[in-house]
Amino acid sequence: MTGKKTDELFHDHNHDGINRRGFLKCMAWAGTGAFCVIQGGVLKSYSLSRLPELGDKQSMGELSFAQISDSHMGFNKPANPDVAGTLKAAVDKINGVAGNPEFILHTGDVSHLSKPEEFDTVDQILKSANPKDVFYVPGEHDVLNDDGKQFLERYGKASKGTGWYSFDKKGVHFIGLVNVLNLKAGGLGTLGHEQLEWLEKDVKHLKSSTPIVVFAHIPLWSVYPEWGWGTEDSAQALSYLKKFGSVTILNGHIHQTMQKVEGNVTFHTAASTAFPQPQPGKADSPGPMKVPAEQLKSVLGITSVSSVQGQHALAVTDSTLA
Amino acid sequence: MGRSVSVAVLAVIAFAAAASLGLVRNSTVAAQQKTEAPEVKIDNFSFGPAELTIPAGATVTWVNRDDIPHTVVSTDKVFKSKVLDTDDKFSFKFDKAGTYPYFCSIHPKMTGKVVVQ
Repeated sequence: MTGKKTDELFHDHNHDGINRRGFLKCMAWAGTGAFCVIQGGVLKSYSLSRLPELGDKQSMGELSFAQISDSHMGFNKPANPDVAGTLKAAVDKINGVAGNPEFILHTGDVSHLSKPEEFDTVDQILKSANPKDVFYVPGEHDVLNDDGKQFLERYGKASKGTGWYSFDKKGVHFIGLVNVLNLKAGGLGTLGHEQLEWLEKDVKHLKSSTPIVVFAHIPLWSVYPEWGWGTEDSAQALSYLKKFGSVTILNGHIHQTMQKVEGNVTFHTAASTAFPQPQPGKADSPGPMKVPAEQLKSVLGITSVSSVQGQHALAVTDSTLA
Repeated sequence: MGRSVSVAVLAVIAFAAAASLGLVRNSTVAAQQKTEAPEVKIDNFSFGPAELTIPAGATVTWVNRDDIPHTVVSTDKVFKSKVLDTDDKFSFKFDKAGTYPYFCSIHPKMTGKVVVQ
């Protein structure tokens, strides 16, 4: 049963209408030290343990940033009784990354229960990060009880709709999307008509040579629909990005790193700074995975991304907190 | 006297008929559910039992046994819980007969159903 499910993932039966020139290049699990390189293509990814083997050319660019995800502040169960400590460790890691990341993307589940004090704690910890700008998109844990009003007030004042927005940094166009609201019974993550319309307009005027980075909480590709790890209408969103030569999709939600390359689009999920979740289909449910305390930091992590202007290539690097 | 005997006989016949149809067993279960409040456990990202049948007027209580918060939201907007952290409970009284599908609005793959008879 589990073997079959893994096959499905590898063969990608999500029928999302994308031109399938691509292939699954590499699936990297946090803590395994997996390494993948796409030749003449879009994305490089390597774990922290390989960093010393790479020269400055590969690890530094004209623009670099870090991604953190799923800090779940407020979570206190055995899978990780100290989520504040592991978030601090993530910040230390970011502060130690060569190339000084310019900003941080947080791909959601900042809090565990949408409590004001949980958000406050994360804000406080992130103040010690060298990069001062943090860009957020909400996870489903950030919009409990109030459909995301509090989250919008804190992090999305300049955003549209339920919190989507875009910005440009050194020629790279960043798009933050919200796919955790108005979820339907039995369904997956949802972007919705209004957001899709906005996205189409947002990228219409851009040159096809513009590198695009899309970040959203729930994966915008079918990682494992049985556990809700996918987004209903992501195919439509991706159809608006077909003309671009380099598209990188950064997600969180599944608490493990995973990658897929399809043509010009590279999908990438980040590890959680709080607790790991099982590999797709490898457990009865996607609940928090308990690992021995001494192993915990090896399955948590951060992602740093650097862009080299002119090459239209983004290098995505996963580091564990160990 | 003769009249009360015939009532008693009728009652026995009715009971026998009901028993042969399995109605007695059902009503016993219904009576038990009335006294022991029906409960749905949320565990391992699922509702158990996923389908619960109750008599009209009964109150169902959901209790979250997971390490992760969940919600109980009626698909037809009849009821909606606040977020339930570990061991939190939510109750709703079902007055009208019918079928009430519901789901977890945080993890919408989690679905369940209450059938009110």
